[in-house]
Amino acid sequence: MTGAPRRIWGVMYRHLALYRRSWPRLLELAYWPILGMCIWGFTATFLAGRLGAGAAIAVSGLLGGMLLWEVCLRSQMGMAISFLEELWSRNLGHVFVSPLRPWELIAALIGMSFIRMLLGVAPAVGLAWVFYAFNLFALGPVIVLFFMNLMIMGWWVALGVVSLILRHGAGAEPLAWSVLFGLAPFSAVFYPVSILPASVRPIALALPSAHVFEGMRGILLDGVIQWHHLVWAFGLNLVWLGLATMLFAWQFHQARVRGALLSIGE
Amino acid sequence: MSSRRANIIEVEGLTKRFGDVLAVDTIDFITPPASTVGLLGGNGAGKTTTIAMLLGLLLPTAGSIRVLGYDMLRNRFEALARMNFSSPYVSLPARLTVRENLRVYGHLYNVRQTDQRIGQLADELDLGALLDRPAGQLSAGQKTRVALAKSLINRPELLLLDEPTASLDPDVGDLVRTWLERYRAETGCTILLASHNMAEVERLCSHVLMLKRGRVVDRGSPQDLLDRYGRDDLEEVFLDIARNRRTANDVRVDQPAMPV
Repeated sequence: MTGAPRRIWGVMYRHLALYRRSWPRLLELAYWPILGMCIWGFTATFLAGRLGAGAAIAVSGLLGGMLLWEVCLRSQMGMAISFLEELWSRNLGHVFVSPLRPWELIAALIGMSFIRMLLGVAPAVGLAWVFYAFNLFALGPVIVLFFMNLMIMGWWVALGVVSLILRHGAGAEPLAWSVLFGLAPFSAVFYPVSILPASVRPIALALPSAHVFEGMRGILLDGVIQWHHLVWAFGLNLVWLGLATMLFAWQFHQARVRGALLSIGE
Repeated sequence: MSSRRANIIEVEGLTKRFGDVLAVDTIDFITPPASTVGLLGGNGAGKTTTIAMLLGLLLPTAGSIRVLGYDMLRNRFEALARMNFSSPYVSLPARLTVRENLRVYGHLYNVRQTDQRIGQLADELDLGALLDRPAGQLSAGQKTRVALAKSLINRPELLLLDEPTASLDPDVGDLVRTWLERYRAETGCTILLASHNMAEVERLCSHVLMLKRGRVVDRGSPQDLLDRYGRDDLEEVFLDIARNRRTANDVRVDQPAMPV
C-alpha cells in the first residue's frame, strides 16, 4: 500500500490502536444503542399488549426507527469524535504538517465512522432480534440503501460540525454529540411527515432522513418500496454533502489564514 | 532554476498580519543545503509564526516561500513529504505506544519498511525500552527523544525544530544536540532551528537570523555576530538587540536579503 490509501490507513490505524488500548471507548460505542434498544423495546412490548392487531407494525416501526436512527447518529458522532480525538491529543499540528491531504483526513474519518457505527449498532440489532424477535433485515435488501443514506447524512452533518470546530475551536465540541438530536424531530423517525405542522414539513422534506423513514414505513405498512423517497434521499444527500464539503474547505482555508491549526485546542 | 534547487528554503517578502498586529514583517532569507540556521528572537518576535508559514500551517499575508524547490502556497504536500517538524508544544497521542505512534507517521510519510526504520531510530536514540510504553507515560526527556524520532521517521531533507531542547536536563539536551549534529553530517539534512538557548545555537548553527518584532534585524554566522557586537557569547548579542544597546560601531541592521 502506498500514497493516499496508505496515509488514510495511517490515520485509521491511529484510531484503531486507540480503541485497542481503551476499553471504555469501545464499550461506549455499543452502550447507548443497546440502552436505547432496551427502552424502545420495552415501550414496544407494552404497546403491543394494548394495540392488539396493529401491535406488530407498531413494534416494528418503533424498533426499526430507533435502529435506523442510530445508524445516522453513530455515523455522525463517529466522524466528529474521531476528529476531536486528534484535537484532544494536541496532535493536529503533526497531522497537518504531514503529507496527509485534507480530503484524505476526511476519508479516514469516514472510514472510522463506518467502523464505529458497525460496532455500535450491530449489538443492538442482534439484541432486538434475540429479545423482541425484531429482524431489521426483514425489511429486505433495500435496507442497504436506507443504511447508505443515513450514513451519508451522518457524514455531512459531521463535516459541518468539524467545520464549526475549525472555526470556533473547542467551544464547538458539544455539537459533536448534540447537533443531530436537533434534527430528530424533523426526521420523522417514529411518525409520518404528515403529522408535522404544515409550516415545518418543508424542513422535514429537505432532510434525507425523513425520506428514509417514510420509505421504511411504506414497507412496514404497505409492503411497498417507495423508490421516489429513496431518490429524494440520495439527491438531498448529494446537495447537502456538496454544501458541507464547501463549508469545510472554506473553514480549513480560514483556519490557515487565522493560524487556528496551531491553537485549535485552546 | 538550478540555483533555486540549490537552496532548501527561499523566503521573499514574507509578511503575516493578524488584524492590527504585524507578526512577521517582510522578511527574506535563504538556507543553503546542509546548513543549520538558527531563528532567534524574544517571545513574540515571530519565530513560531515564521515556522508555521514554512510548514504550510499558516498562510502568509504577502510574500513567497519555496521549500525544496516547491512553492509552499501551491504545492506544499510535495515538500511536506520530504521535510519534518518537531516541537515540544505539539504532542503525540498519549494512549498509543511509542511504536504505534511511529508507525502512524511511517504510514503518513509513506516510509518503506517502517518497522525496520523504527528499530533503527530506537537504536540510535536509545528508545528500545520505550517502544511499547504509552507515549503519555514518558518523562519530558523521553518525549523529546520520541518526538525527534517521529521527526526523523521519513529521513527528512529539511528539519524544522521549534525549541528542540526546551525543558530538557543538560544531559538529554546534549544527547539531542549531538544526535542532530551527527544526523546533519551523515545525511546533509538542512535544519532550521528556533531556540532560546544561545549556547545551543552557537554550537549547532552555521547561520543565525535575529528577529525582533517580526523583522530580521541582523544575520550572519554566530562568529560574525560575536565579532560585530564585540561580545563573547550570543546571549550578550541577543540582549544587545533585545534591549537596543548595540555596542559595535559597524553593526549593519539592514543586511542584504540573501544569502543568510
